[in-house]
Amino acid sequence: MKFLLVEDNVELANAVISRIKMDGHVIDHAEKIEDAKLFSDTGEYDLILLDIMLPDGDGRSFLEHHRARNRNTPVIVLTARSEVSDRISLLDLGADDYMTKPFDHAELQARCRAVLRRNHGSSQPVITIGDVRFDPVAGQVLVQGTPVKLRNRELRLFELLINAPNQIFSKQKLFDRLFSFDDDVSENAIEVYIGRLRKHLDGSNVTITTLRGLGYRLDVK
Amino acid sequence: MNDQNGDKVNIAGSLRNTLMISLIGGALVLAVILYLVVRTYAAQIAQSTQDRILSASVTSILDAAAIRNEALSVELPYSAFSILSTQADDRFFYAIHQDGRFLSGYEHMVFTETPNGQMKFYAGRYDGSDLRIATGSRRLVGANGQTTLTVSVAQGQQSLAGVLNRISRNAGLLGFGFFALMTLLSLWLTYATIAPLTRLAASVQRRGPEDLRPVAAPVPAEMAPLVGSLNSFMRRLAHSLDQSEEFIAEAAHRVRTPLATVRSYAETTLQRVDKLENRQALRAMVRAIDESSRAAGQLLDHAMITFRADHLRRSKLDLAEVTGDLIRAMRPLADMKDVDLDLSATQQVWIEGDAILLQNALRNLVDNALKYAPAESVIQIIVSDDPANIRVQDSGPGFPQDEIPDLSTRFTRGSNAAETIGSGLGLTIAQDVAVAHGGTLILTNRKEGGACATLSF
Repeated sequence: MKFLLVEDNVELANAVISRIKMDGHVIDHAEKIEDAKLFSDTGEYDLILLDIMLPDGDGRSFLEHHRARNRNTPVIVLTARSEVSDRISLLDLGADDYMTKPFDHAELQARCRAVLRRNHGSSQPVITIGDVRFDPVAGQVLVQGTPVKLRNRELRLFELLINAPNQIFSKQKLFDRLFSFDDDVSENAIEVYIGRLRKHLDGSNVTITTLRGLGYRLDVK
Repeated sequence: MNDQNGDKVNIAGSLRNTLMISLIGGALVLAVILYLVVRTYAAQIAQSTQDRILSASVTSILDAAAIRNEALSVELPYSAFSILSTQADDRFFYAIHQDGRFLSGYEHMVFTETPNGQMKFYAGRYDGSDLRIATGSRRLVGANGQTTLTVSVAQGQQSLAGVLNRISRNAGLLGFGFFALMTLLSLWLTYATIAPLTRLAASVQRRGPEDLRPVAAPVPAEMAPLVGSLNSFMRRLAHSLDQSEEFIAEAAHRVRTPLATVRSYAETTLQRVDKLENRQALRAMVRAIDESSRAAGQLLDHAMITFRADHLRRSKLDLAEVTGDLIRAMRPLADMKDVDLDLSATQQVWIEGDAILLQNALRNLVDNALKYAPAESVIQIIVSDDPANIRVQDSGPGFPQDEIPDLSTRFTRGSNAAETIGSGLGLTIAQDVAVAHGGTLILTNRKEGGACATLSF
């Protein structure tokens, strides 16, 4: 996916950029509303992450500009202000969602998905491996053409694996992506979810291989 | 009188009463003076009229006197007495003296010396009647020298009393009429004077609590300083309210932005680190960041809510819709934990309230439920009417039964909350919002297990 991040705090922007790039996305960064307008007018983005307090004005003015040009790239506002004071007016102005800083990247991703699903638009292609098709935006998995209902964590686990088939994922890596920091579960909980995924993939030619001491890997038979 | 908030107003007197009492009192004094003046003046005129008649009578008798053939001859002309006849049939008397000797008339009526040619008027009493007496004298010169003729004519005062009574009555009526007219005028004047004050008070009272615009309606010059002060007061209040909101927002910004930086870096680093100790350290870091940012957020929200509860921006809103919007926003968060948010809001539930505050209260309740709910469980959010309420039910461990009464007090957390992130302000915020809306927050444990928090209005 291609993101546009509008954020004046360079430190924060760098942190967010490196985190988002880690997930294999592309991200442009604008520090000012002027730059953001230029970027959004010329480039094609799947999603815009917009800080609301910017040096050359209020992020809201960018939202107005953006909507006035009939761009329907969804915008998620990142606000550091009190929710109580800002919330409603942001949504009224046409932001698709908002998050308060500091935010959990897993939650950001979840919200991006939700927003994209609502807007039916993303450059993320449907992935096909073996006889399994995966639509990351719709969150849909088809095994031999039949839709399989996966819960959110199962889906996220599957997405991690299918995005890098043949790559080994350690338990820790998977755990970090699946559980939030306040979830009080041990890393062994991953085994449960791997077990479930295997059950869902039953009968297909895609399998999850356990590599003792190393982790898991998605394979096509 | 109490104002809207029940604050006592120290009242000393009433402008309306003071104005009315002084105007009507003044009118009363004026009416009495008018009555007295008119009556006195009229009485003087009536008296002088009688005096002139008496004087004419005396003069006509004196004029008719003459010395003929060395003898004094006094004729009593008919006119001298006919002019004295009155409607009231007042009695009249006369006495004629020559050089102090009684000559004719009623002997013991009176005798006074008067200087020649001058008329003297005085009151007297004779034969049981109050009289007004005029006495005049004339010096007559004859061959045998001169002689002084003194004539007194007296008239009863019944007719005059009648006239005076009539005049008094009319003067009384005049005074009363004047008083009545002045009273009406006073009432109108009082009303007209007080009216701008009343209008101002009403227009200020009619305002909503957050309407801090200056008073723009025209006011009399005398009220301009008051209204000027009021406007400047409201301007300063609005300014300081704005500043507080701005300050809270700015404080949030300052605290949260660096936290977000640290959190993002910590998350990124966590992905690159394999060593267990380092991973544990990073996870602990992120948890600490989450805790402090949540605490900061809730403190600021709490401050904002306390500050807003005093002047709620109430509007008519549908609880079902407000709840629906919030649940939609929270769904991605619940999805991540594989928890279902099951909203049951089948009917519209209208209340007067502040949507932002209500959503914040509800967010805290759902946040709580999400924190304690086991994975792949369902959190039920039920909106119902009579009374309007929102229930949030989870299937977590529930509230510690004996701590329920203390849970909604500031910074208290349940004893089983040790592993979850939270500042303990969530329930306080929910409670404050409920109270600001005239409602309550009720915490119970469900029979089938799990906590149930109800915002009831």
